[in-house]
Amino acid sequence: MGEASKVSRYLYTVLILFIIWMFLTSSFDPQELVMGVIFSLIVGALTYEVFTEKGLANLNPRRIAYFVAYIPYFVWAMIMANLDVAYRVLHPKRPINPGIVECKTTLTNNTGKLVLANSITLTPGTITLDIKGDRYFIHWIDVKDESVEGASESITKPFEKFLKVIFE
Amino acid sequence: MSIASIVGQALVLFGTFFYVLSSLGLIRMPDVYNRMQTATKSATLGSLGVIIGVGIWAIGEVNSYSWISKTLIIAVFLLLTNPIAAHALIRAAYKSGVPLWEGSIIDKYKEAEASLERVEQIKEALGESAKEVEKNE
Repeated sequence: MGEASKVSRYLYTVLILFIIWMFLTSSFDPQELVMGVIFSLIVGALTYEVFTEKGLANLNPRRIAYFVAYIPYFVWAMIMANLDVAYRVLHPKRPINPGIVECKTTLTNNTGKLVLANSITLTPGTITLDIKGDRYFIHWIDVKDESVEGASESITKPFEKFLKVIFE
Repeated sequence: MSIASIVGQALVLFGTFFYVLSSLGLIRMPDVYNRMQTATKSATLGSLGVIIGVGIWAIGEVNSYSWISKTLIIAVFLLLTNPIAAHALIRAAYKSGVPLWEGSIIDKYKEAEASLERVEQIKEALGESAKEVEKNE
């Protein structure tokens, strides 16, 4: 998928900046809203080129629905990760079995790859070490499968089905 | 005491528990990579718990909703930036030659780097031989 038109990218940047402004001021006073629109237009004009590639196409309802479904899934994975850390830290024998494994991903979009790397870092027992093209090098605290396919199955697969829809 | 205060206090307690775990992990783990694992995950969830907990606590205590929107946006920024910082630190540690713990069983990254180096060497050799061919002609 190529880049969207400049107008669509600009409007999308302004929209996101304005939402952040609303959260930061947390008031619906018309004076504040007008100043927010003005500042969003200025900052958007300076930054839209680096901010987004697809523009308003990101606001597709299917993408938003998958994104909303992704949030509780991700928070649940994070809480499981922390219980896993708690078990490893508090257990007297310190049951770790670390190593660096390699995974493949089917995502092609750069933002999608970034979000996948962040999700991997915050989920049970894995942290992203480096990304080269579609190969992820991951430090796994408890290596169960050394092969590329097996590691991808248990690390990247669960997130890909969401991120594929959100970012591709 | 309203319900919002109780929920907020519970969230702050939950967050501080994970802060303690995170600092305990720094002491107990054997090498830098495993320390990064515990520090990143627990500190991120702990911060989220404390920050959002304070926002909800303010709803119950001073009845103000302007706290929760600010704390929510701080939480989102932390959630987006913390894993990137961890990734940069762990990659810098690997590149500057910090060894893995002796109990580590596999290192695919080293193999990949080695194969990449071999590809570079072959490319160089190919370039040199192409130059020689040109000279001879």
